[in-house]
Amino acid sequence: MASVVNRRRRSPGARRQAVVAWLFAAPFVVVFGIFMVVPLVSSFVMSFTDFRGSDVADPAAVDFVGPAHYLALLSDARFLHALRNTGYFVVVGIPLTMAVALLLAVALNNGITRFRTAFRVGFYTPVVTSVVAVAVVWRFILQPDGLLNTVLAWLGISGPDWLHSTTWAMPSLIVMAAWRNMGTLIVIFLAGLQNVPAELHEAALLDGAGPWRRFTAVTLPILRPTLLLGAVLLSVGYLQFFEEPFVMTRGGPLDATLSITYFTFQQFGFGDYGYAAAASYLLFALIALLSIVQFRILRTKR
Amino acid sequence: MTLVSTEERPTAATPPRRRPAPARSGSTGKGQWLTYAALLVAVGLTLMPFLWMVLGSLKNQDEILRDPNGWLPHSPTPANYLSWFGDFGIGTYFLNSVVVALFTVAGNLLFCSMVGYALAKLRFPGKRALFAVVMTTLMVPGVVTFIPLFVLVARMGLINTFPGLILPFLVSPLGVFLMRQFIGTVPDALLESARMDGAGEFRIFARIVLPLCGPPLATLGILTFLTSWNNFLWPLVVAQNQDSYTLPVALSLYSTSEHATEYGLLLAGSVILISPIVLAFVLLQRLFTQGVATTGIR
Repeated sequence: MASVVNRRRRSPGARRQAVVAWLFAAPFVVVFGIFMVVPLVSSFVMSFTDFRGSDVADPAAVDFVGPAHYLALLSDARFLHALRNTGYFVVVGIPLTMAVALLLAVALNNGITRFRTAFRVGFYTPVVTSVVAVAVVWRFILQPDGLLNTVLAWLGISGPDWLHSTTWAMPSLIVMAAWRNMGTLIVIFLAGLQNVPAELHEAALLDGAGPWRRFTAVTLPILRPTLLLGAVLLSVGYLQFFEEPFVMTRGGPLDATLSITYFTFQQFGFGDYGYAAAASYLLFALIALLSIVQFRILRTKR
Repeated sequence: MTLVSTEERPTAATPPRRRPAPARSGSTGKGQWLTYAALLVAVGLTLMPFLWMVLGSLKNQDEILRDPNGWLPHSPTPANYLSWFGDFGIGTYFLNSVVVALFTVAGNLLFCSMVGYALAKLRFPGKRALFAVVMTTLMVPGVVTFIPLFVLVARMGLINTFPGLILPFLVSPLGVFLMRQFIGTVPDALLESARMDGAGEFRIFARIVLPLCGPPLATLGILTFLTSWNNFLWPLVVAQNQDSYTLPVALSLYSTSEHATEYGLLLAGSVILISPIVLAFVLLQRLFTQGVATTGIR
């Protein structure tokens, strides 16, 4: 597009191109507008109203309530409990998932030349499988007399009823989520590890650095952006924690695994659409805040 | 037999990129065997639930109740699978899942590459705004749009219909981003010369751009198929009548119904649900992991 066109008065060619471009964008814009942008905006508007499931047929009955839902949420013990649970999941789950994935990625990258693809396929398999399908097996494993407790019994430990214990239900789901998500991180970390120049390792070796020192002084600093990317992706996913509690514990026992998304979904079930929308926007705000922090950090790194 | 892993090296002619560094040759031998052993244990633990799922699906109810933690079935039986295909009519749910996934993939491939082309290569007013909207929605959690989307689809009368299951996922901001990034790398000179020859934009798109887009289209197709096949919450809410269940919905409803204690049946259902994806994954694993490496999202 060599011709420099005046931005105000477009040449006929530029105008034609604009029309063609919008034709290309049209199917996307229509579908995306109707099924993404409109619901996104309605959700925001809804969060300031007392819209209920029963009002779907009669929108005239809906009243504007201002920020009442947001204020109510901040003093709703169950919502705050869900917020705490989500925080617990994020704060424990992310380091756990990252550490396991990093360990396995480094092991795969160092010294393993044969079967690397096979190993990677193995670790990635849980990622591609439906949570509904694997939940059946995990419920078996975590039963009071299940596989896990059978193994613990060999060691002389009498394990709890994992999913029905307010103490252990959340850690159980955290381990399950780590199992499901580590494959994604292994792939990302492996790609990052490929970018660590072998020369740097050789130089460090010549300087007399041992394996641990080489890992902390050479590999980790170069891997930092990759680790950060992994952490952010994981936190965006984990903040929306829902499927595991939904299929494994129904948020129980005694709301011990109730997450923000689960709370929102419950309010939807109760027909409290306005309240649910407000809760979902609070979650959105959390994720947006996190993304902004991420972009800041990534930008200063470049 | 080659000692070089082929996955990072597309052709055999590519020279070895990295000679064995001293750092590594020092740790071959015993250290390497330890690494292999540790990885084998780790991958074994990772895959153990799947092995147990498959073995359990071949057991009858008696055996599962007698020995809940047993491994090998004493007398393997296909009975659980036969009930799914017989009495429970899993064929319908399977077909529903396939139809939903295929249309979702087709829509994403076509529409995302079209808008991706416009965003990458054409000038038009509103381009920056359009791209900004797409990027912003990338971080919107699904739960935010869930309720208005449900109200919308319900008012359109699309509950229990394929359009109700497909339309909300027919395009994705991630797909647009992926296609725009890739099409941006197509040389302008190529498009210019086609324009000189009098080709219109649609012709350029269909004849030049699209044929070059194999890799990102494959990535997007795989990611979309995976997401659609495993999608659970939306179909659970929209598919309310048995004829429109997708596989995950059918399985989850059976696992909470009066069949909840028929464990072999549930395990067989799980195997049926995951096997197409696992099969595709094993065959096309590079495409799956490429998607993750390029987009960072499964």
